[in-house]
Amino acid sequence: MLDKTLAELAQGLATGEFSSVELTRNYLDRIRAEDGSLNSFITVTEEQALAQAEAADQRRAAGDADPFTGLPIAHKDIFCTEGVRTSCGSRMLDNFISPYNATVVENFNRAGAVSLGKTNMDEFAMGSSNESSFYGPARNPWNTECVPGGSSGGSAAAIAGGLTPAATGSDTGGSIRQPAALCGITGLKPTYGRVSRYGMIAYASSLDQGGPMAHTAEDTAMMLNVMAGFDPKDSTSIDKAVPDYTLTLNDSLKGLKIGLPKEFFSGEIDPQITAQVQSAIREFEALGATVKEVSLPNTHLAIPAYYIIAPAEASSNLSRFDGVRYGYRCEDPVDLEDMYKRSRGEGFGEEVKRRIMVGTYALSEGFYDAYYKKALQIRRLIQQDFVNALSEVDIIMGPTTPHPAFKLGEKTSDPVAMYMEDIFTISLNLAGMPGMSVPCGFANGLPVGLQLIGNYFAEERLLNAAHQFQQATDWHRQRPVR
Amino acid sequence: MSLDRTDVEKIAHLARLNIAEQDIQEYAENLSNILKLVDQMQAVDTHDIAPMAHPMDAIQRLRVDEVTEGNQRDHLQTVAPAVEAGLFQVPKVIE
Repeated sequence: MLDKTLAELAQGLATGEFSSVELTRNYLDRIRAEDGSLNSFITVTEEQALAQAEAADQRRAAGDADPFTGLPIAHKDIFCTEGVRTSCGSRMLDNFISPYNATVVENFNRAGAVSLGKTNMDEFAMGSSNESSFYGPARNPWNTECVPGGSSGGSAAAIAGGLTPAATGSDTGGSIRQPAALCGITGLKPTYGRVSRYGMIAYASSLDQGGPMAHTAEDTAMMLNVMAGFDPKDSTSIDKAVPDYTLTLNDSLKGLKIGLPKEFFSGEIDPQITAQVQSAIREFEALGATVKEVSLPNTHLAIPAYYIIAPAEASSNLSRFDGVRYGYRCEDPVDLEDMYKRSRGEGFGEEVKRRIMVGTYALSEGFYDAYYKKALQIRRLIQQDFVNALSEVDIIMGPTTPHPAFKLGEKTSDPVAMYMEDIFTISLNLAGMPGMSVPCGFANGLPVGLQLIGNYFAEERLLNAAHQFQQATDWHRQRPVR
Repeated sequence: MSLDRTDVEKIAHLARLNIAEQDIQEYAENLSNILKLVDQMQAVDTHDIAPMAHPMDAIQRLRVDEVTEGNQRDHLQTVAPAVEAGLFQVPKVIE
């Protein structure tokens, strides 16, 4: 039962093959047995999960079931969950029991989903390896000496390891797509504004976007049906009707125009990844798609622009953690300034402090034009690249990451080397368009991800293409040997 | 752009972050490397390019000015480090 997809589990619940309580117990047992080595959960909410499962079974018995009723998921620990610790992977919020639910959590609760717990993540979503978590790194189920990617590394590891069939994630520079690629699962970063950010702890507000992670495109479509929609509580939420993303999954790909950006197939990239991605593209051609080269000439500027915009927004967002109203407060402060400085100095980890300082510097007097304004101008150039390319083709495809999962500790001493791992994902957050990663093969026994990029609100098209690919291949069916 | 110890101390103060004396040098090196990375932007002529703050150039949506939330002070203060009579307690600010 535990290697099934969400869609298959939904079928099992609907036909009465098993109950939500049985299903939930199975996952909780698996978490207890195996998360010692994966460290993919920060908090497991066993009692609450069983109570939700019982309620879901009753709701089904009463004939009132939603497609999601009784299905277990996990939430990245960036989403606020009422009455449950919401740590964001940080010592700063280790004692924070959220007094309210994020809209995404509320939506899943309303649909009758069962939350197994909160997954591990890089501290405040700042990282590409899950190693900046206060709770220690989650590990990659394909090789526990390797990172699962980040920042949604716990969600990806838990799904790949069979500890949950699906989980929420958030993506500011690749934090859904990169761990999905490294753990061999499917992940979708929706269009900016498609999924509410209310109650999703802010890192870089103009880039952050929540999204689904699961084994298959069909599963992520089921999740997006629950997650997407206008939310008056999020001032950047877009008021646009949400389609049923499962209805277009089976559309034909005949005539689909795929663009391959030449910048995504050159430079520092593992040749095995290029080979796997090219073979996936051939699969799409066999399904009736046509392929042409496109160009995203400003790709090399995405990481520089991101490492001004994201830290600048983070330095502002994280100024709320001051030891006054919630979160960590240092022992025996001598005065207010001492309380601020020590609470923040002790509550935040290294990477978070680095990014706060970069942002503070970039926004400080005399540097604003040279850094922040410049980065926002570059951001428009990057967006224009995507707009131009997507005027010629329907979907852009390429690798999600330049390398497969790397070893724990391999890049921690060199932050800039770590940043470069996001070279193919970060530009999309700057543009605000949707993107997916789907499993498309292996390199040295580690999963490889194919990235699909579409125009604003083209999630249906991405999910359709990814689903058709998964009907023709079985990479998404591979599971690590336990 | 390269940062030295004094720069790091100044930035840390602006950000209200306590940084241990022995860590300052490492922060200076790492932050300098990050700034070197972002300095690639300076080679690009962006003279006529409008800065982009929002992917769809959307403007901030405003809501009607009416009360929609009830008073949840006690509920929200359950997670506060120190509270007395509904007030957040901090170290003495004025003698």
